Amino acid sequence: MAHAHPVKRYTGLMDWLTTVDHKKIGILYLIAGGFFFLIGGFEALLIRIQLWKPLNNFVSADTYNELLTMHGTTMIFLAAMPIIFALMNAIVPLQIGARDVAFPFVNALGFWTFLFGGLLLNVSWIAGAVPDAGWTSYLPLADPTYSPGKGVDFYVLGLQIAGIGTLVGGINFLVTIINMRAPGMSFMRMPMFTWSAFITSALILFAFPALTVGLVALMFDRLFSANFFNVSGGGNTVLWEHIFWIFGHPEVYILILPAFGIISEVISTFSRKRLFGYSSMVFATVLIGFLGFMVWAHHMFTVGLGPVANALFSIATMLIAVPTGIKIFNWIFTMWGGSIRFTAANLFAVGFVPTFVMGGVTGVMLAAAPADFQYHDSYFVVAHFHYVIVGGLVLGLFSGLHYWWPKIFGRMLSEGLGKLTFWTFYIGFHLTFFVQHFLGLLGMPRRVYTYLDGLGFNSMNLISTIGAFLMGIGTIIFIINIIVTAAKPKTASNDPWEDGRTLEWSIPSPAPEYNFLQTPLVRGYDALWKEKMDGNTGMSPAEPIGPIHMPSGSILPFIMSFGLFVAGFGFMYANNEWTGFVKEIFASHAVAGLGLGITLTCMIIRSLKDDHGFHIEPEELTKKEVKE
Amino acid sequence: MSAHSHLDGELPHEPERATLEGRNKVLGFWLFLGGETVLFGTLFSIFLALRDQVGDGNPTGQELFKLGTVAIATFILLTSSLTSVFAIQAMHRNHVKAMQGWLIITVILGLGFLGLEIYEFYEYIHEGHRFSTSAFSSSFYTLVGFHGAHVLFGIVWISLLIFQVARKGLNVVTAPKVYVAGMYWHFIDVVWVFIFTVVYLMGKVG
Amino acid sequence: MAGCGREDLSTMNPQGPVAEEQFGLMKLSISIMVLVVIVVFALAFYVMVRYRRRPGDKTIPVQVEGNHKLEIIWTVIPIVLLLILGVPTVKSVFGLAKDYTKDPNAVQVIVTAKQYWWEFEYPQYGIKTSQELMIPTGKTVSVQVKSADVIHSFWIPALAGKIDANPGANVNTMYFSADQDGVYLGKCAELCGPSHALMDFKVKSVNQGAFDRWVTAMKEPGKLPADPEIAAVFEKQCLTCHAVGDKGMQLFPNLTGMGDKGTVAGILVNTDDPKYSNEGSTYDNLKRWIEDPQAVKPGNSMPKVDLTPEQIDGIAKYLSEYKLDVEQ
Repeated sequence: MAHAHPVKRYTGLMDWLTTVDHKKIGILYLIAGGFFFLIGGFEALLIRIQLWKPLNNFVSADTYNELLTMHGTTMIFLAAMPIIFALMNAIVPLQIGARDVAFPFVNALGFWTFLFGGLLLNVSWIAGAVPDAGWTSYLPLADPTYSPGKGVDFYVLGLQIAGIGTLVGGINFLVTIINMRAPGMSFMRMPMFTWSAFITSALILFAFPALTVGLVALMFDRLFSANFFNVSGGGNTVLWEHIFWIFGHPEVYILILPAFGIISEVISTFSRKRLFGYSSMVFATVLIGFLGFMVWAHHMFTVGLGPVANALFSIATMLIAVPTGIKIFNWIFTMWGGSIRFTAANLFAVGFVPTFVMGGVTGVMLAAAPADFQYHDSYFVVAHFHYVIVGGLVLGLFSGLHYWWPKIFGRMLSEGLGKLTFWTFYIGFHLTFFVQHFLGLLGMPRRVYTYLDGLGFNSMNLISTIGAFLMGIGTIIFIINIIVTAAKPKTASNDPWEDGRTLEWSIPSPAPEYNFLQTPLVRGYDALWKEKMDGNTGMSPAEPIGPIHMPSGSILPFIMSFGLFVAGFGFMYANNEWTGFVKEIFASHAVAGLGLGITLTCMIIRSLKDDHGFHIEPEELTKKEVKE
Repeated sequence: MSAHSHLDGELPHEPERATLEGRNKVLGFWLFLGGETVLFGTLFSIFLALRDQVGDGNPTGQELFKLGTVAIATFILLTSSLTSVFAIQAMHRNHVKAMQGWLIITVILGLGFLGLEIYEFYEYIHEGHRFSTSAFSSSFYTLVGFHGAHVLFGIVWISLLIFQVARKGLNVVTAPKVYVAGMYWHFIDVVWVFIFTVVYLMGKVG
Repeated sequence: MAGCGREDLSTMNPQGPVAEEQFGLMKLSISIMVLVVIVVFALAFYVMVRYRRRPGDKTIPVQVEGNHKLEIIWTVIPIVLLLILGVPTVKSVFGLAKDYTKDPNAVQVIVTAKQYWWEFEYPQYGIKTSQELMIPTGKTVSVQVKSADVIHSFWIPALAGKIDANPGANVNTMYFSADQDGVYLGKCAELCGPSHALMDFKVKSVNQGAFDRWVTAMKEPGKLPADPEIAAVFEKQCLTCHAVGDKGMQLFPNLTGMGDKGTVAGILVNTDDPKYSNEGSTYDNLKRWIEDPQAVKPGNSMPKVDLTPEQIDGIAKYLSEYKLDVEQ
C-alpha cells in the first residue's frame, strides 16, 4: 500500500521534544512563556521592593540595573511574545479551518530557538554576568569599555537566537493564513484574532531583521573590535538608537495587535453579538501595522534630531490614535444592544477597554515632542508603557487564556478563581502604575535604583509597591486555578461557552491532532454562528471523510536550536581569561564552530531526508469520533 | 491526487506549485526574501551612515576599490543568475540532466565569484583596510561579507540539491526546493547589483 | 493639577518660560485626553450596566454589522482633536529649537556630562565649574550639551525639558531661563551606569550683580589651605585631578567655592538642619564623601584616597570654608 510508511510515533517526553503539532507547540510556548513571565514578574517585585522607600539598600545599584534590564528584556521577548505565539499556535489554524500550519517543522524550530535563546539570556544569572544596560542597550553604555563583562554578550546572543525563532514563526503564520484557509474562508471572513495574528506576523517579518542586523553589529563591536558604535573609531551611537527603534516600535504593535484580536473575539462572544464594524476593524488593524513603521523616532525626541524630524514624527504618532479610537468605539458598540455575560474572560476584556484608553491617551500626550522633553525617560513613560503592555497586552492574554483554555486543554478554568484573579490583578495594576504618571511629572526619572528623601516621591512609590504585590497575588491565584483545573476531568464540550461564533468551537475540546475530521465549508463571517442561526448543528463538510496526512515528529529542531545555544557560548567565551586547554578550544572558536556545525548538519539532514509523514486512516478516525 | 503518486509518475507542468507543500514553500520563501530585504536594507543604511568615517591615515574607498576585479565578479555573478534561470527552464521542460548541468555551472560561477571576493579582501587587508580599522571598514566588511556568506550558503545549498536530484530524481518534493534555491540565487544577485552601485561605484566617485 | 509638586523640581510647577510653554502643551493635551477618557468611560460603563445579561436570558440580540454614520463620527472627531493638539505642538517644536548659541546677550554654557557628574564651561568668561550651574535670573541661557563617555540626558524639570548628552561630535543645543532667583534641581535622565540615580546637579539662579561677582571670583587665584601640612597634602593628593582657581587640574569637578555649594557630589545635601540620611553640614558631607566615595556613589571615578583622619578633617574643613560670598 502506498501510504504504509513505517513511522515512529514518540510518547512521553520524547513526544514533546519532537512534536510538530501546532497545538502541542502552543502548549510548549505557553509553559515556557509562563515560566519566563514568572521570572520577569519576580524581577519586577524585587525592583518594587528596592523602591518602596527612599535610599533603600535592598539591592545594590549594579544589581538594580541588572534587574531592570532583565525584567524588560524577559517580559517583552520571553514572556509576552511566546504567550502570544502560544495562542496563535493553539487557535489560528482552528479558526481558519486548517488541519495544520504551513511549516510544522519550522514551527517547532521557532519554538526551540526561542527557548534556547531565552535560556541563554537567563543563564547570565548563573554565570554571574548579567546584562545591565537596559533592554534598549544604548551605546556606548553597552560597549566593551563601559560594559566590560559578559553581561551584554548574553543579551546580544540570547536575543539573536530567540529572534530567529520569532522570525521563522512569523513566516509560518503568514503562509498558513494565506494558503491554508478552508473553502469559503475569504480574508474578509477571517476572525479578528486571525487577522491580528496575520498583521502581527507581517510586522515580525519586516521588523525583526532590523534587530538582527543591529545585534550583529553590536556583537561585532563587542567581540571582534568593530567600530559601528565606537565613537573613537568613527562609529555613531545614534545609529544604534535608530536601528533599535525601527525594530522596537513595530515590536510594540507586534505585542498589542494580538490583544486587540483577542478582545474582539471575547467581547463579541460574550455579548452574543457580531463584532461591530468588522471591516473598519480590519482596516484599522492594517493601518496601525503600517503606521507602526513610520513613528520610531518618537522614542528619540530628545536625541537631537532637529525640529523637522521631531515635528513629523509627532504628527505621525498622533495619527495612530485615529485607528485605535475606531477600535475602542467598535468594541463598545459591539456590547451596545448585546447580552453581556461577565465571565472571567470577559471581565479581563471589558477591563481592558478603559485601561487601554488610558494608555492610549498618554501615548498621544507623549507624541507632542516639546511636552515629551519633560515626560521622556521619566516615570510618566514607565506608567504609559505599562498601561499599554500590562493593561493592554497582559489583560488581553489573560482574557484569551481564560476564553480558550477549554479548547486547548479540554477543561474549564474555575470561574470563581478566574474572577478573583481579575480583581486582584486589575486593582493591583492600577495601584502600581497610575501613581507613576505623577511621579514622572513631579520629576522622578526612570531607571533609578533609588531616590532621595524629601522630594515628595515617598508615598506614591509605596503605593506602587503595594500594587505590585497585589498583581503578584493575582498571578499566584491564576496558577492555583491552573493546578486545580488540571486535576479535573476533561469534560469541556465543543462549544463550552455556548455562544461560540468561530470555527474552533465546532470541533472537540481539545482539538484532535488532525483538527478537522472533514474540512469545513465556510459560508460567512462568524462561520459557526451562521450555521447555528440557520438551524444547523455544526459546520457542513467540504469533503468526504478520507485518510488524513500528518507530518512526522522530529528531534532536529531541538538539536538545531541546541547547536545555536552552544555556538552562542562559544562566541561569548572565545576571549575569556581562561588558561590551558579550555582557553585553547574556546579561543580557536572550536566551540562556536561545533555549535554552528551541529545546526548546519541538522539542516543538511533535514534537506536530504524527505519526510513522508503518515496517514490517519478513515477507520481509525471514525472509531475515535464515536469514542468522543 | 496525493503527493505520493507524483513521486514516481508524470511530472506536472509547474512541479514546484503542484502540491500545497510546494506552494507553501514558494510563498514562504518569497516572504523570507522580504525579511532578507529589510536585513540588507538595514546593512546598506549602516554602510551609508558610516562610509565617510575612514579615520586618519586609513585608505578610503576611492583609494582601495579596484573596479576591474569587481566588474569581473559582477559579470560572473550576473551570468550565474542567467544559468540558474536556464536550470529552472530545464526543470519546467523536465530535462533533469540539463537542469543539473546548469546548476553545476551556477555553482562553479558562484565559487569563482567567491574566490575573487576573498582575493579582494586579502588585498585590502594588506593595504591596511582591516575589519577593525574604522567605522567605514567595519560596515564595508559586514555588508559585503554578509552578501558573501549568502553566496557561500547558496553554493552549499545548490550543491546539495544537485546531489539530491541525482539520487531521487525530479519530483514534486525536489522541484520546489530547486525552484526556491533559484529564487534565492536571484535575490543574492540583485543585492550584489546594489552593492556594486552603492559601495563600489559611489565609493569610487567619492 | 496645576501647581503641584516641589517648586524646584516639578514639571507641573514651571519656573521659567521654556518649562511654562511645555507645561502649557501638557495642560492642553491633558484637557483633551481627559475629555476623551470621560466620554469613553461613560459610554463603556453605561453599556456594561445597561446590557448585562439577565439570568436565563436566551434571546439573540440583533446582529448589527456596523453603522457608517457613527463610524465616520468617531473617525472625524479624533482627527479634529488631534489638529487642535498638533498645530501648537509643531509651533512649539520649532519655537524651542531656536538657536541662541551665537547670541551675545545669552549666557553660553557648554555642558559636558561625565559618569556621574556635570561640568559647566562658560566660554564667554573662560571659567569652568561643576555640579552647580550658576545663571543670572531672567537671562536666556544657551547650553551646548555633550558627553565625555556614555549617553546622559540633561534635565531641569522646573526650568526646561531634557536634551541628551551624546558622545562625539553630536552636540545638542537648548535654551532656558529662570524667572526668579532660586536653586533648581537637575537630573540625569538617561541610564548611564550604576550611579545614574545619583547624578543630580543644581541650577542656581542669582541676580546679575551676584552672577558678575561670581564670574570675577572664579577667575581669582585659588586659595590653598592655611595649614601648610594640609596644603601640601591637598596639592599632592587632590590637585592632580581637581582644581581651585588657577591651581590644579580640570579633569574632575572644580572645587573653587565648595563652601557655597548646595551639595557634595550632587546628592549629599548641605544643610545645617539635617533631616534625611543624605543631608548634613557641608563639612560632614565632605568628610563622608572623601572617606568612602564608592559608598556614596557606586562606580564613580573618585578613589578612596590615602589620607589620615586628620588630613581628611583638614581638607573637609578647608573646603567647607572656601566661600566666594557673591550673594551679598
